[in-house]
Amino acid sequence: MRYLGTLLVLLALVALNVALPQVLNPYYFQILILIGINIILAVSLNLINGFTGQFSIGHAGFMAMGAYASAMFTLKAGQPLVAQLAAAGSPEWLSQGFALLVALVLGGLVAAVAGYLVGLPSLRLRGDYLAIVTLGFGEIIRVLILNIDAVGGARGLPGIPKWADFFWVFLCVVCVIALSAHLARSTHGRALFAIRDDEIAAEALGVDTTRYKVLAFVIGSFFAGIAGGLFAHYLSYLNPSTFHFIKSIEVIVMVVLGGMGSITGSVLAAIMLTLLPEALRTAGPLRMVIYSLMLIVLMITRPQGLLGTREISFKWLRRKRTEAKS
Amino acid sequence: MSEFLQQLVNGITWGSVYALIALGYTMVYGILRLINFAHGDVYMLGAFMGLYATRWFKAAEDPNPLKAVLVLLVSMAICAVIGLVIEQLAYRPLRRSPRLAALITAIGVSLFIENAGLLIFGADPKFFPQIIPSHNIELGAGVVVSNQQLIVVSVSLVLMIALRILVKHTKVGKAMQAVSHSHTAASLMGISVNRIISFTFVIGSALAAAAGVLVALQSPKIEPLMGIMPGLKAFVAAVLGGIGNIPGAVVGGLVMGVAEVMVTGYLSPTYRDAIAFVLLILILLFRPAGIFGKAVTEKV
Repeated sequence: MRYLGTLLVLLALVALNVALPQVLNPYYFQILILIGINIILAVSLNLINGFTGQFSIGHAGFMAMGAYASAMFTLKAGQPLVAQLAAAGSPEWLSQGFALLVALVLGGLVAAVAGYLVGLPSLRLRGDYLAIVTLGFGEIIRVLILNIDAVGGARGLPGIPKWADFFWVFLCVVCVIALSAHLARSTHGRALFAIRDDEIAAEALGVDTTRYKVLAFVIGSFFAGIAGGLFAHYLSYLNPSTFHFIKSIEVIVMVVLGGMGSITGSVLAAIMLTLLPEALRTAGPLRMVIYSLMLIVLMITRPQGLLGTREISFKWLRRKRTEAKS
Repeated sequence: MSEFLQQLVNGITWGSVYALIALGYTMVYGILRLINFAHGDVYMLGAFMGLYATRWFKAAEDPNPLKAVLVLLVSMAICAVIGLVIEQLAYRPLRRSPRLAALITAIGVSLFIENAGLLIFGADPKFFPQIIPSHNIELGAGVVVSNQQLIVVSVSLVLMIALRILVKHTKVGKAMQAVSHSHTAASLMGISVNRIISFTFVIGSALAAAAGVLVALQSPKIEPLMGIMPGLKAFVAAVLGGIGNIPGAVVGGLVMGVAEVMVTGYLSPTYRDAIAFVLLILILLFRPAGIFGKAVTEKV
C-alpha cells in the first residue's frame, strides 16, 4: 500500500513533467518551478525556526553554498561523466538524472557542514544574538563568493546545464515535505518542539538540547543546499547578488506568515508570497509598495501566522466540516 | 604611520555615524526587545529631508552655519514624527504578539519605506548640495582632516552627550530605564509605558536623521536604498557593544567604522562588507553578550 502511494506520486510527477511544459506558457512554468524551490526553502527553515525555535536569518547563505557546490561539481565532473555515459550508450535522462542527483546531494552535504559549523555557536548564543550571527554568516558567504574568481566572482557563474526540470524540483519538494512531516511526528521531532516551547524544561526531561539544536541546523541547511542546487540547475546561471540577505528575509517571512512549526502553513505561504509579487506586476511601480503594505496588515491582523501551529490535513478538514454542520 | 593615522581619522568619522544609528537600534531594543529593521530607512529619510530642507532654506546658494544647523534640526524633527507614526501604526498593535510577528512587521515597514522612497524620490541618486563648503585642515604628520569630518564627529559627540544626560539625569530618561527593566513594574510605578516607548522612537529616529544629514554632508550622493547596508551594520555595531547598552552602541559603532576603513585601506574594498560580520562572530564567540553586555543568568 505504501509503495503504491510512492509509485503513484512518481507516476504523477512524470506525467506532469511531460504535460505541464505543453500546457503552461514558459513564464507561468518558471513561476511554478520557483514556487517549488521556495517551498523547499520555507519548509527547511521551518525546521530550524519553527520546530526548534532558533532564530536563523542566514538561509540564503546555505542556499548559496549548495548552489555553488553543486554547480561546480556539475561543471567539473558531472558534465564529462554524462558525456562518457552517453558515449557508452546510456539513455540521456538516466545519466543526467544520476549526475544531477549526485550534484544535489553534494550541494546539500556542503551546506549541511556549514550548518553544523553555524549550529555550534548556537550552543552559546541565543535569541537575537544567534540571529545576527547567522545573518553575518550569510553575508560572509556572499562576500567570499564575490571574491573567489574560480566561481566567477561578481560576474556570476554561467553555463550550468539545465537539468532540473519539473520532475526533479517537485520530487525534492515531496521528499522534503514527507521527511519533515515524519520528523515532526517522531521522537526527535517531539524533542525539537520541546526545545522550542521551553528549553530548560526539555533539558530537565532528558532531551539532549545541544545535539538536537545542531541537528535541526544540519537538516535544515541540507535541504536549503538542495534547493540551491535545483535553483542553479534550473536557471543555469548563478550570481552572488541573488543570495543577498534580502533572500533570507523572504524565506523568514514565509515561515512566520505560514505559522511557526506548521509545514502546510510554510507551503501555503511560499506559494502565496511567490505568486503575490508576480500578480502585482500589473500595478507597475506600486507593486512593492502594495506588497509591503499587505505584509504589514497581514502580520497585524494575524500575528500567529496564517495557520498558527496547525496543519491542514484531511482529518482537520473533515472535523471543520462536521463542526460547521453542527 | 601617517597613512595609518589618516585611516584612523577616517574610520572614526564613519564610526561616529554608525554609532548614531546604532543608538536608535539599541534604545528600541532595550525597551521593546524589537529589532527595528526600519531604522536604517529612517536614516535614509533623514538625508532626503535634509535635502528638501536645504532647498527650502536655500542653504546651498548662501551657505552659512546657522542654515546648516536649521537643516539638521528640521530633518531631525520630521524624522522624529515619522518614527512616532511608525511606532503607533505598525508596532503598537503588535505589542502583545509573538516577537517574530513584530519583527516581520518591521521588515514590512522597511520594505515599504524603501519602495515608497523609490516612487517618491526616484531611483536615481540625488546630489546633496554643499551647505558647508569643504576645506582641509592639516593636523601634522601628514594627516589631513576636512572641516566636514570634524563637524560630523563633533555633532555626533554633542548628540551622544545630550542623550547620555537625557537618559541618566532627567525624569523621562529614568522612566526609559525603568521601562527597559520591566514594563509591568514600570507601569505599576505610574509610568505611562506607551508614552515612554513613543518617546524612545522619537529620540532614536531623530538621531538616525542626524546621521543621515551628516553622511550626506560628506558623501553627497543620496538614494532611497542607501539605508539598507549602514542600517544592518549599525545593528551589528549595537550587538557588538552589547545590545540595549548605550555606551556599548557608541563603542561598537566606532570599532566597526575603524575596522571597515582599515580593511578597505589595507586589504581590499571588496571585503569591506564582510569585516563587520567577521568581527561580530569573533567577539560573540568570546563574549556572547557583546563587549559591554552583561551575561544574564537564566532563572528557572
